[in-house]
Amino acid sequence: MPSANYTREIPQRYRLEASRCVKCGQVHYPPRLICPGCRSRQFETVALPSGGKVVTYTIISVGPSDFAAEVPYALGIVELEGGVRLMAQIVDVPPEKVSIGMPVTLEFRKLYEEGKAGIICYGHKAVPA
Amino acid sequence: MMAGIVGWGAHMPRYRVKVEEIARVWGASAEAYKKGLDVQEKSVPAPDTDSVTLSVTAARRALKRAGIRGADIGACYVGSESHPYAVKPSGTIVAEALGATPECRCADFEFACKAGTEGMAVALGLVDAGMVRYALGIGADTSQGAPGDALEYTASAGAAAYIMGKEGVVAECEHTYSYMTDTADFWRREHQYYPQHAGRFTGEPAYFKHVTGCATGIMKKSGTKPADFAFCVFHQPNGKFPATVAKQLGFKPEQWKQGLLCPLLGNTYSGSSPMGLSAILDVAEPGDRILHVSYGSGSGSDGFIYRCTDRIREVQGLAPKTRDILEGERFYLSYGEYVKFRGKIIMNERGA
Ligand SMILES: [Zn+2]
Repeated sequence: MPSANYTREIPQRYRLEASRCVKCGQVHYPPRLICPGCRSRQFETVALPSGGKVVTYTIISVGPSDFAAEVPYALGIVELEGGVRLMAQIVDVPPEKVSIGMPVTLEFRKLYEEGKAGIICYGHKAVPA
Repeated sequence: MMAGIVGWGAHMPRYRVKVEEIARVWGASAEAYKKGLDVQEKSVPAPDTDSVTLSVTAARRALKRAGIRGADIGACYVGSESHPYAVKPSGTIVAEALGATPECRCADFEFACKAGTEGMAVALGLVDAGMVRYALGIGADTSQGAPGDALEYTASAGAAAYIMGKEGVVAECEHTYSYMTDTADFWRREHQYYPQHAGRFTGEPAYFKHVTGCATGIMKKSGTKPADFAFCVFHQPNGKFPATVAKQLGFKPEQWKQGLLCPLLGNTYSGSSPMGLSAILDVAEPGDRILHVSYGSGSGSDGFIYRCTDRIREVQGLAPKTRDILEGERFYLSYGEYVKFRGKIIMNERGA
């Protein structure tokens, strides 16, 4: 049985849904239950923009087994317009050409499979804008 | 106003393999394939790209042009012969990613390369019937040809998405038509990895019979002739067939060249003629009439006549244009990298 987590996380994984604190306005991704800024428990759902830039990155040469066929690949922190940061693979660009400040767009991609007979897990990766 | 296209979008991988590279491995003549098929290179999906991911990006572009929200979509149909799951719809994943769930009709379509246009026709029908306000029809594929087979030189990856509606129409659908018989020109049985085809048989009694039958049928039904169209686009299993059928029907190169993507893209199966149509809509002018005829083995063709409205100019620049993506940055793969991407190498299971 696929992880219940995956199904629960579909809104944030597929649609980049974040939570904005109604009290202090901070946007949290992944969504939070309690605002670390003001301890409020009241949030509204907002969709993150898909455009941003690379804040920092590393190149993975020996990856976990799910990603063994993809090495070497770049994994980075992307800051989206509006300031929210998230971690994503940076693809569709040779890893040596990735740079800090590079404009990127988040695109819907397959992240991994839960084995040959399991479910396919989707999410977002960063591609050159 | 009749229902029509309110937004369109296309997507394809940035990876390519050249005909020369495939021919080199199999000891075949690249020149003969390039000349015979009129194809130079084809798109290749990366391991993280499948019909669902291509569909989502194409559909997001269509939403931008339509200027509507995902939640406004009342039906989502993905036509493909490479749905990622044998059992489990592609459309649920696509609709979820667009935010169209939960109030959304959905089922996947299959009819070789015609599955996408059937989805578009059903989407138009639901809108015309007043059952939904907007409906999404997508043609998407990441198709495989058997190694060394002629199909390996063309089978490629891409998607085009169309949002149909009655408000904000950019290309009104004036007529639809379908022409279909039971013809075994191309098939794949359950548990077989690669499709089989009837070789030369696929030309005359299959592609040409149905595409010509559909094109002449819809022109007769609508009282139109080739000169009434600014553009036409036909299914593109290679670069030759659509050019030949266009000439036979009496169309001129300036009518069919804009939509002919196969020489640089390959055959994107369900995405093929819908992607060609997207390249036409990218440049079409208000008042332009477009003839669109698909083809799917098995066999059948769907025909559409669209007429562009004044609004088309306002939305063309709202998302990437198909020829810009096609001719934009590309990464060329060796045959070895290509078969790794396509999962054609037998690997040990994880942990072994
Ligand atoms: Zn707060």
